[in-house]
Amino acid sequence: MSTKAKEILVLALIFAFSLIFYIGKVLGWEAVRFSTTVSLIVILLVALSLLWILILTIRGRLVERRIVFLYVGIAVALPLFMTLSQRIAISPEVEAVYNTLEGLPEGSKVLVSFDYDPPSAPELQPMAEAFLYYCFEHDLKVIMMGLWPQGPMQANLAIEKVLSDEKIKSKNLKYGEDYVNLGFQAGYEFVIQRMGSDFRSMFPTDYRGTPYEQIPLVKNVKNFSNIDYCFNLSSGFPGTREWVQIAVDRFGVTLGAGNTAVQAPQMYPFMRAGQLVGLLGGMVGAAEFEFLTKWIGKGTKFMISQSFAHVIVIAFIIIGNVAFFRSKRKTGLKR
Amino acid sequence: MRHHSFTSTRFTAGFGCFLLALLFSLFSLSALAQDEPAEADSLLVTPDSIPLEYYPLAPTNVSVSDAPNDAGGSIDVQWDISPDDVPDGKVKQYRILRAELIEGQPGEFAEIGDATAGATAFTDGNTEDGLDYIYKVVAVNSLTENNEVVWEAATESMPAGPVRSSAQWFDRQRVNALVGVILLCVFIIYYITQARAGKELFIRKIAGLEAVEEAVGRATEMGKKIFYIPGISDMDNMQTIASITILGKVAELAAQHETWLEVPVCRSLVMVTAKEVVKEAHSKVGRPDTFHEDQVHYLTDDQFGYAAAIDGMVVREKPATIFFMGEFFAESLILAETGNASGAIQIAGTAAPAQLPFFIASCDFTLIGEELFVASAYLSREPKLLGSLKGQDMGKAVILIAILIGIILETFDIWSFSTLFSVID
Amino acid sequence: MFVIQYFIPHYPFNRMSHWFSDWFAIILACAIVLGALNLMKISIQKVIKKKPGWGYAVVIIVSFLLITVIGLSEGEAFREPGTWFDWLYVYVYTPCSSTMFAILGFFVASASYRAFRARNFEATLLLLAAFFVMIGRVPVGDIISGFMPEGVRLSNLASWIMTFPQTAGQRAIMIGIALGIVSTSLRVILGIERAHLAGE
Repeated sequence: MSTKAKEILVLALIFAFSLIFYIGKVLGWEAVRFSTTVSLIVILLVALSLLWILILTIRGRLVERRIVFLYVGIAVALPLFMTLSQRIAISPEVEAVYNTLEGLPEGSKVLVSFDYDPPSAPELQPMAEAFLYYCFEHDLKVIMMGLWPQGPMQANLAIEKVLSDEKIKSKNLKYGEDYVNLGFQAGYEFVIQRMGSDFRSMFPTDYRGTPYEQIPLVKNVKNFSNIDYCFNLSSGFPGTREWVQIAVDRFGVTLGAGNTAVQAPQMYPFMRAGQLVGLLGGMVGAAEFEFLTKWIGKGTKFMISQSFAHVIVIAFIIIGNVAFFRSKRKTGLKR
Repeated sequence: MRHHSFTSTRFTAGFGCFLLALLFSLFSLSALAQDEPAEADSLLVTPDSIPLEYYPLAPTNVSVSDAPNDAGGSIDVQWDISPDDVPDGKVKQYRILRAELIEGQPGEFAEIGDATAGATAFTDGNTEDGLDYIYKVVAVNSLTENNEVVWEAATESMPAGPVRSSAQWFDRQRVNALVGVILLCVFIIYYITQARAGKELFIRKIAGLEAVEEAVGRATEMGKKIFYIPGISDMDNMQTIASITILGKVAELAAQHETWLEVPVCRSLVMVTAKEVVKEAHSKVGRPDTFHEDQVHYLTDDQFGYAAAIDGMVVREKPATIFFMGEFFAESLILAETGNASGAIQIAGTAAPAQLPFFIASCDFTLIGEELFVASAYLSREPKLLGSLKGQDMGKAVILIAILIGIILETFDIWSFSTLFSVID
Repeated sequence: MFVIQYFIPHYPFNRMSHWFSDWFAIILACAIVLGALNLMKISIQKVIKKKPGWGYAVVIIVSFLLITVIGLSEGEAFREPGTWFDWLYVYVYTPCSSTMFAILGFFVASASYRAFRARNFEATLLLLAAFFVMIGRVPVGDIISGFMPEGVRLSNLASWIMTFPQTAGQRAIMIGIALGIVSTSLRVILGIERAHLAGE
C-alpha cells in the first residue's frame, strides 16, 4: 500500500470514529466502559506487544516513528474506557498552595489571573475549577482577570462549571459581590506594574462593561495591598515569572501558581527562594489539588492516561537504547 | 328651670369614643407593621435592639504612617487585633474609616476599605499628598444569611493620626539591586575600554555558531531554501533582539551565496525590523537586487497557528537549513521535530530553559541560554562586543564567589550575608 | 527609564514607566494591522499567481475575513456565549489549537525514542533521572514502589530530583541568561549593538 493510501485510510478511520462518537452523543448512547478484568487484559496485551517490538529490535528490525505515535495514541485513548482506580500522592508544592488557602479567613480577596489559552486548558482548567470551588466553598471573594485575550473566556467556563455544582449553587453567590471577571488587558507585564498602583487604571470596567467603581467587590480595591492572595494560571508569557518579578518583588504580593508541566520546572527556584508560595505543575498537580479540595474533575480522570503514556514513552526509550547498544556492538564486532 | 345639655354630654362621650377608637387603630396598625417581614434595607437592627454582649471589643494600638518607598498617595494603617478576634469569635471583619483634618478638626469619617478578621494592617492607597488624615479601625460583628446581613454590631477604635502621605526619592529597599547593577556596568564598561585599547580577549569555541557558515553552504549546494525562525516574542524581548542580530549575519552569508532566505515571523514589529535587517545585509554584500520583500513575511500572532504554518511550509518546501533563534514556548518541539523529519540541518538558540531539552534532542546544534546573546560578538569579533562579554563573565564570577561564601556561612548558621541579597519587600 | 524608575518612585519617574508602557501598548495594537495587511497581500498574490500551495492561501483569506466580519458585526458583546464568534472560538479555534498542542505528546515520544541514548556516563545519569521523574510523577510510580517505606518511594525521589538537582540547574541557566540580558541591554542602550537597527 502506498504512503498516500495509508494516510487516506488513517484519515478515513479517524473520520469514521469521530462520526460514531458524534452520533452516539446525539442519540444518547451510554459511554463504553471496560470492566476491571477487561482493562487488565487490555493492559497485558499492550505490554506483550511492546515485548514483541523489543524482540524484533534485538533481532535488528527497527521500529518506525509512526508505530511510536500509534502506541502513544493507544496509551492516551484506551484508559478513558477503563475502570481502574489510582492513588494520588500529594507533593509538597501542591500542599503549600492548599495550606496557604486554608489560612485565609472568610471574606479574603483572592486575585486569580488566567494567563492561558485553550491548548493549555487540559492542564490548567482543572486547576482553575478546583481553585474556584475551594474559594466559593470557603466564602473567599474572587477577582478574576487575564493577561491573555482568551484568559477571561476560560475564566467564564470555569465559573460556569463550578457554579453548576449543587453545594455552590445553594450559596446563591452574586456576581459583583462574591466574584467578578475584570476581563483582559493588553500590555503584558506592564499591566501588572500598573496594577501595583491602581487596578482601576488597567480595568476601568469589568468584562461586562460595568464601571469599576460600581462593582461592590472591587470598588475599595485600589491595588495589590488590598488583595490577600494572588493565584496565577499560566502557560507561557506573560505568566508566573512576570508576576513574581513585578507583583511579588515590587509589591510584596503572596503568590501561588499553576503552570503547565513543561513550564513548572522553571518555577522551582522561585519557590525555593520563597517568592512563590506553592506550585501546581501540569495535570499531576491538578489531580493532586483536586484530591485536596475534594473537587474531582478532569485532572483526576485523565491521570490514568498520563500514567499509561509515561510508561509507553519509557518502554520506547528502553527499546531505543537496546537498538543503540545492538548497533554499537555490531560496529564493534565489524572492527 | 335647669336643662342638662344633652348635646354636650353626647358630644363628649362621642368624642371620647372617637379618641379611643383612634388610639386603638393606631396601636393596631403599629403592631401589624411590626409583624410584617422587614425590607432588605431595614434589616440592620438599630443599636438599641442588639444586646451589649454582641458588640466586640475595639482593636487597640492603631498606628498610622506614610507608606515608605513609594510615589506618595499611600498610608499604612496598623493595629492590634481586638481581644474578641478569635476563631468563631465576635469579630467578622474590620472596617477602616478615614476623615480629613480641616483647620485642626476632623471632618466626617467615611469608610475607605475593609480587612478580614485576623488582619492587622491595611494600606490606604487613595490619599492626597500634603493633606492630614485621621483614621479609625472598626471591629465588626454580624450575622449573614443567604448573603444578606441580618444584624451588625460595630465598635470603633480610638482615632489615630494626623498623618500625611508623601513621595520618596529613593526606594531604600533596593540598595542591593542598585549596587549589583552599578558593579556589573562598571565591569562591562571597563572591559569595553580595555578591548578598545587593543587588548586581546579570549572567547571559547561555540559549536552552534561555528556551524552557521557550513549550514548556509549546505543550502547553497542543495539549491534549497534557508528558513530562519526568530521566535514568537516581540521586539521588546532581548532574545528577539539577539535573534535579529544573528539574522543579519545569516542574511549576509545567504546573500553572498545567492541562497533564498525565508523569515516567517510571528509579530508585526519583528517583521518590520527583520525586513530592514535582511535588506541591509543584501546591500552590504553588494547584492541589493537579490532582496525580495516576500522573504520576510508575517504569519499569525497565535502560537500554534504559527507552528502549524511553519510545519506546513517545512513539509512542503523541505528547506536544507533551519535556524530557530529567539524565544520559544511549547511549539519548539513541534517545529524542531518536523524539521528533523524533513532532513534539514537545524541550529537552534534560545534562553528559554524549558525548551532547551527539546532543541537539544531534535537539532544538530543548540546555543544554550547566554550563548544566544554572545552570538553577535562571536560572529563579528568586534572588540567592543567582546569586551562586554568579558565584563559579563566577571559579573558571573562575582555571583559565584558570593554563592560560595553564602553556602559556607549558612552552613555555620550565619544568615546575615544572604539577607544582603534579598529583594522581597 | 525603566531602570531609573525601579529605584526612584517619586513623580515624574513613576509616571514615565506608565507613559512608556501605554505608548508600547498603543504601538503594539496598531502594529497588528501591519502584519495582517502583509499576510493578506502575500496570500492574495499567491492566489492570483497560482503559486504552489495557493489553496492554503484561500483558506487564510476566507478565515480572516469570516472572523473579522463576524466579530465586528456582533458589537461589544461578541464574546458572550451564544454568539457566532463564541461558536467559532469553541468549535473551530479551540479544537485546532488543542490538536496542535496535543501533537507535542507524540513528538515527545518520538524525540525521546530517537535521542535518549546512554552514550556516556553523563547521558546515562540524565536518562536515569528522566526515568525516575517520569515514573515518579504519575500514580503508577507509587504502585510499583508501594512495597518501599513512605519517604523513599518513586514519587518522593521524583520530588527530590525536581526540588534539588533540577532547581540548581535551572538557577545556573537563569543567572547566565539574566547576565546575558543585562549585558545585551547595556550594549543596546550604549549604542554598541546596532545590528538589530540594520546598523553596522
